[in-house]
Amino acid sequence: MNIRRGETLLLTIGIPVLLLVFFSLAHVTTSPNAHRVNFIAPGILALCILSTSLVALSIATGFERSFGVLRRLYVTPLGQRRLIGAKIGGVVVTEAIQIIVLSLVALLLRWHPHGGAIGIVDVVALLLLGSAGCAGIGLLLAGQLRAEVNLAASNGLYLILLLLSGIVIPVSSLPSFIRHVVVGVPSGALAEGLHRVLGQGLAPTNADWLSLAIWALLAPLLAARTFRFD
Amino acid sequence: MPLEKRLGSDVVSSAVEIRNLKVSFGSVNAVDDVTLQINYGEVAALLGPNGAGKTTAVETLLGFITPSSGTVRLHGLDPQRDHREVVARTGALLQRGGVWSPMTPRQVFDLTATYYEAPREPNELLSLLDLDKCVNTPWRRLSGGEQQRTLLGLALLGRPKVLVLDEPTTSVDPEGRQIIRDIIRAERDRGCALLITTHELDEAEHLADFLVILHRGHEVAKGTLNELAGEPELIVETSGPVDPAGLATLLGCDVTTDGPLRLRCATPTTPERITLVTTYLTGAGVTMVSLRTRASLEERYLDLIGDERSGANS
Repeated sequence: MNIRRGETLLLTIGIPVLLLVFFSLAHVTTSPNAHRVNFIAPGILALCILSTSLVALSIATGFERSFGVLRRLYVTPLGQRRLIGAKIGGVVVTEAIQIIVLSLVALLLRWHPHGGAIGIVDVVALLLLGSAGCAGIGLLLAGQLRAEVNLAASNGLYLILLLLSGIVIPVSSLPSFIRHVVVGVPSGALAEGLHRVLGQGLAPTNADWLSLAIWALLAPLLAARTFRFD
Repeated sequence: MPLEKRLGSDVVSSAVEIRNLKVSFGSVNAVDDVTLQINYGEVAALLGPNGAGKTTAVETLLGFITPSSGTVRLHGLDPQRDHREVVARTGALLQRGGVWSPMTPRQVFDLTATYYEAPREPNELLSLLDLDKCVNTPWRRLSGGEQQRTLLGLALLGRPKVLVLDEPTTSVDPEGRQIIRDIIRAERDRGCALLITTHELDEAEHLADFLVILHRGHEVAKGTLNELAGEPELIVETSGPVDPAGLATLLGCDVTTDGPLRLRCATPTTPERITLVTTYLTGAGVTMVSLRTRASLEERYLDLIGDERSGANS
């Protein structure tokens, strides 16, 4: 159902593809890799998680609450846990499609991912943990804020995390006080982990795993406890 | 007490129970000491002007709001603490409930049916609610009446034992209203308890076994239609103005005017009384336009609300 909406397609497929192509071809930011797409592609995969799990989920859920959809669901046996589980499941399916499309576009731009078979396992784990953490944040916002406020907050957070998570701008180019906290946010830990695996063939750091695991556990739990259907 | 012992036992005597309910938002008492009990197989109507507290009472009953004091029970269960058990047996049509905008009635019925263990057949409900023509139309393109009937169908899917309907005929055309009324009667005959809030007084009059009238959060009146109608009255509409004092003397009862062409006589309706009235009107040179035996619910309702407003202003 989400895929049928034009604005969702734009956000989940159109914009990431556009950013991937633009930042791979245009020299607007520094890149630690001479072949720009090798740096940009992992970052854009992290961006997909951010845009789908956090922004799209949060905005859609906020408006569902605003239009009374969640109120109606509250008086059915669906239940809060199944609702949140279903939303996260839907997000994971969308992200799978995004990853496939973006990987194909990146390969056409002559992307050379590193990591091998173990790297694939690491990447899948990173993406799943990142999805859970970002989805938890998205549902936390949507479960508390009015739809219009949530829209602004989600988009604002998206912009901040896009610029400050090492997604399109290398962490080494960011001010030092930001560099220290990048891995503390799920999008930052995710982007750093993906850069290490796909860009350098290395394993994610313990800090990356710890940050993602904590967000993946705590954010959905907190969202489930505080979520309001009305 | 274990859930199994609470349900379907002698302990559960009513389907819906609201006891001394108070719901306050800051200094505003949205619901103030309301008590109501509905048994299975009964229909109760909650009436009142806008802001009377009807929707707040209903939403508290369904678990959206925590009571400030008092208790609410559905099937003998707390709607917040025992929420899962309550919603499995309860259907609700909410004033501000909606459906995802691209979804069609068929899709949302099929999806919602999966939430229940033994749901009704979606196609059967779609036909019953006369939604066959728009079964594949997205929600956002449905008319107000079609949306309302879809929401009613969703409330019926789980074969509820209690139905809570908040203004079920809002935006519905006369044919649609008839369909909804027939469904309400059928559900009552099936043994379901129904609580309906409505502005449609004639609907409450024809469907409800008893009524509760709210104003500014508290009960103004409660009872069956006969109980609420008050003392017997003869209401006469005339073709011209008539002096009520002469008629009062003739009938030996109070006669008041209710507008220039309507008389209300505090007397039972008997053939002799009707003859006296007719004779008096003829002598006054006017004719009888209509005669009714008691006030309609609307007149009684307006009387009660008017008295309430006067009392509040004095």
